[in-house]
Amino acid sequence: MGVEGIGARVARKEDKRFLTGKGRYTDDMSVPGMKYAIFVRSPYAHAKIRSIDAAAARAMPGVIDVLDGKQLLADGIGNLICGWMIHSKDGSPMKMGAWRPLAHETVRYVGDAVAIVVADSIAEAKDAAEAVVVDYQELPVVTDATKALEPGQPQLHPEAPNNLIFDWQIGDPAATDKAIASAAHVTEITIHNNRLSPNPMEPRATLGIYDGGDDHYTCYTTSQNPHVARLVMSAFYNVAPENKLRVIAPDVGGGFGSKIYIYPEEIVCLWASKRTGVPVKWTSDRTEAFLTDAHGRDHLSTVKMAFDADNRIIGLKVDTTANLGAYMSLFSSAVPTYLYATLLSGQYDIPAIHANVRTVYTNTAPVDAYRGAGRPEATYLLERTMETAARELGVSPAELRRVNFIRSFPHQTPVIMNYDAGDYEASLDAAMQASDWNGFAARKAEAAKRGMKRGIGMSCYIEACGIAPSAAVGSLGAGVGLWESAEVRVNAVGTIEVLTGSHSHGQGHETTFAQLVADRFGVPIDSVNIVHGDTDKVQMGMGTYGSRSGAVGMSAVVKALDKVEAKAKKIAAHLMEADESDIVIENGELKVAGTDKTVPWFQMALAAYTAHNLPPGMEPGLKEGAFYDPANFTFPAGCYICEVEVDPETGVTKIIQFVAADDFGNIINPMIVEGQVHGGLAQGIGQALLEGVHYDPANGQLLTASYMDYAMPRADDLPSFTVSTSNTPCPNNPLGIKGCGEAGAIGSPPALINAITDAIGNNRLTMPATPQKVWAAAHAAN
Amino acid sequence: MYETHYHRASSIQDAVKLKQAAEEGKYLAGGMTLIPTMKQRLAAPTDLVDLRHVAEMRGIKVTGKTVRIGAATTHSEVASSAELAAVCPAICGLASHIGDPHVRHMGTIGGSIANNDPAADYPSAMLALDATIVTDRREIAAGDFFTGLFETALEDGELVTAITFEAPAKAAYQKFANPASRYAMAGVFVARRDNGDVRVAVTGAGSNGVFRHRDMEAALSSNWSPDALASVTVDASDLLSDIHADATYRANLVKVMAKRAVAAA
Repeated sequence: MGVEGIGARVARKEDKRFLTGKGRYTDDMSVPGMKYAIFVRSPYAHAKIRSIDAAAARAMPGVIDVLDGKQLLADGIGNLICGWMIHSKDGSPMKMGAWRPLAHETVRYVGDAVAIVVADSIAEAKDAAEAVVVDYQELPVVTDATKALEPGQPQLHPEAPNNLIFDWQIGDPAATDKAIASAAHVTEITIHNNRLSPNPMEPRATLGIYDGGDDHYTCYTTSQNPHVARLVMSAFYNVAPENKLRVIAPDVGGGFGSKIYIYPEEIVCLWASKRTGVPVKWTSDRTEAFLTDAHGRDHLSTVKMAFDADNRIIGLKVDTTANLGAYMSLFSSAVPTYLYATLLSGQYDIPAIHANVRTVYTNTAPVDAYRGAGRPEATYLLERTMETAARELGVSPAELRRVNFIRSFPHQTPVIMNYDAGDYEASLDAAMQASDWNGFAARKAEAAKRGMKRGIGMSCYIEACGIAPSAAVGSLGAGVGLWESAEVRVNAVGTIEVLTGSHSHGQGHETTFAQLVADRFGVPIDSVNIVHGDTDKVQMGMGTYGSRSGAVGMSAVVKALDKVEAKAKKIAAHLMEADESDIVIENGELKVAGTDKTVPWFQMALAAYTAHNLPPGMEPGLKEGAFYDPANFTFPAGCYICEVEVDPETGVTKIIQFVAADDFGNIINPMIVEGQVHGGLAQGIGQALLEGVHYDPANGQLLTASYMDYAMPRADDLPSFTVSTSNTPCPNNPLGIKGCGEAGAIGSPPALINAITDAIGNNRLTMPATPQKVWAAAHAAN
Repeated sequence: MYETHYHRASSIQDAVKLKQAAEEGKYLAGGMTLIPTMKQRLAAPTDLVDLRHVAEMRGIKVTGKTVRIGAATTHSEVASSAELAAVCPAICGLASHIGDPHVRHMGTIGGSIANNDPAADYPSAMLALDATIVTDRREIAAGDFFTGLFETALEDGELVTAITFEAPAKAAYQKFANPASRYAMAGVFVARRDNGDVRVAVTGAGSNGVFRHRDMEAALSSNWSPDALASVTVDASDLLSDIHADATYRANLVKVMAKRAVAAA
């Protein structure tokens, strides 16, 4: 592997920049003449806009202009859309209501934007925003998805009667019902998956620059996928044609899904820049982030899991109601369907599955993908059900899982997915050993002597990453293909630039992508630059989400490297008068195998560009591009075990140990993988113990709009993690990578809740398992 | 933040004068509540009178068992005072768990008391220690000082300059922190004097701010031990309910924290 090649524990190249404050984020961007935007937002969760009077605001000091939704509409700017078509089980298409970038008729959640103020300073823009008089007629509000479906509730969109967006199903209802009817045992449980706020460290920001000379727009934005942003803004929102719109996502401080989507602010700032003739920058404050960043999760499900007399699962029936908020965000329809219900087989051989999913409009912020996106919801549902079933059946949770593990591959589930490789028992065994599972009883007894309730719980997760085969997702309703592109440019002195459509916003691509090149050519990673995040530099790309950068983005790089290697060998063979099949590349040199003839890498590169002595007919230069479309999803899996102590007097849960044993396929940089797992676990533990978005059901006000009320996990909430991997390479991509970005957040919540319910002897517990809830459950009958 | 005018006071007299001259002035101590509130445009004082450079308002003085803490003394200074720890370690412990290091190096005891946030820690100590709040014009017993949520007996323009108290024989503070804000969701300060008098003050839980729990005081006066609280009932009807904790749970926490405080004292 070499010291900097594949598998090496290389320190991150980008960290010098980040740790010394030299990162360049969107809010750091300044251009001459730039002005500042503040959005006027609805204080009501549901209201008609009778009128907007901005005359006084426009006259205030420093104000360039105040623009509203009627002006935006008159200029032909389109609606925001959801890019994945889902059909209800009756065949009808999903019922998407209009989402205007600036509401001009109706506001549907607290924070809905109604106008933009552009001024010389943020303070002046804020002063003017307060002077914009919006006359609202308040309407009744509904925030809960189940309630929103009931008759007589407030209606959000005329397109969606009863607030129902779609009523979708997957699997075989008849076979599943039959299995349940014939079962020796049926476990039933209601599962709530709590709504989360994504909370990236860097809040969203955008800088819109219109150049009247060229009729050209530049958009700096906090995006995980700048090319998708350009595509959508061009093709659907009529901001500008693609060739007149450059989107740049510079350093981005975390996304977790929330920066996949195009939000109103990017569109409005670009439009406002043209209207006002000045560059317009907007940066979200933390309250706006809580109000308007797309939330995650918010599912309510009922589950029936049927077992035969040998404790084998023979059927699984799931009914889910998913809250999508006030508008359909870009990928919102895919999350509770193809990213969720297709994973309901888990690691288990289940012959019959049926899932029904209804998605619902409510007067809350839009809900979309958040780290894991559908897969955490599936895993939490399945793994809490498995634990509950084990208790009901009187078998150990490990045994129940072993009995039901899928053991031969490929394995076709009843819900579309075809698992390519895995060894679930290896992860289970590794986790049980690392946690000293067998010694738990003694530890529990010792804790009891101190008056503490100790519990242990496990979770065996699987997820689908490396999204995704373009034709397959196209057939399921995706509006885009999910391939990736790469270009490898060897400079005349042999240094290398890799252009990728993947986007790094915390994942460490500048290091890991360079490791691929170091591994291939034996050049130092410092001679390799990774270029990403700019539509003028990288021709096209689909961005980073769904743990796809390794499995898809790196595979595209590998394909381009193959082409570069082939041409480099031809050049070297010509220079050394050897056969190209005899050329090997080692330690930055091209050698004729079995001889002492060598050409240094830089000399070969120079030869490519001087073109004085190239093989006959060869084009000068050394630059190759590739597109890679995956053949299948990848299927990371693993086993997590959590051990807790609950203080019965206060309900406080202390995590004694957390063990993660993962199968990520081949690994490029173990240190970065461990960092990804640590971060994922912190987010999953945050969901399970601390985090939860609360709206006041009476008026739709967000009660958790700051860190005073939204509990983010902190270092002292978390234990030191015990992580390991036992890997089965993915057979479907050249590097054998499965992906690791989301696993921690997917697998951890059920392990923690299973541990707490084990400790307190009461299974009725919802996330977040706050001290109050745990205390109440510990003192209530099961 | 709206535009405001900043003044640096050089003395107590100067501070009071500056505040008097202002249209809608505010004293600024550590600013740990006031500045965030202003940044969110929820407060808009025309003038800020900075107290942090008033030398006579800073510092800790212990004479025998008599303690005097200047109002502009930071939490960090209280937490790390060896002199204070020798006579009343409980108040040092309380200060060491307020907020985070940034807050402890900026926030002041006078600011905390004058603000009287119902979830702040210091008011419970003042009440349990039977402290005296010294102002620019008078002395006020802690029992008369805290009058409601963010309400005190301070008159318009009146400035807290110091607090004084007699060190107790035994004391301790136990806090159950809100999982999000880490403010007290139930904080209990217990103190027992040499003459056997006991005071139990509760913060974070009361719907009207900090309060004394007389039944616990009575129980502990006759038997200073955690077990003495077993039979005491904490009435939930006067306690706060919010998304983090309802009144019933807070009532439980008050009792548990009181027991733990007595055990720790």
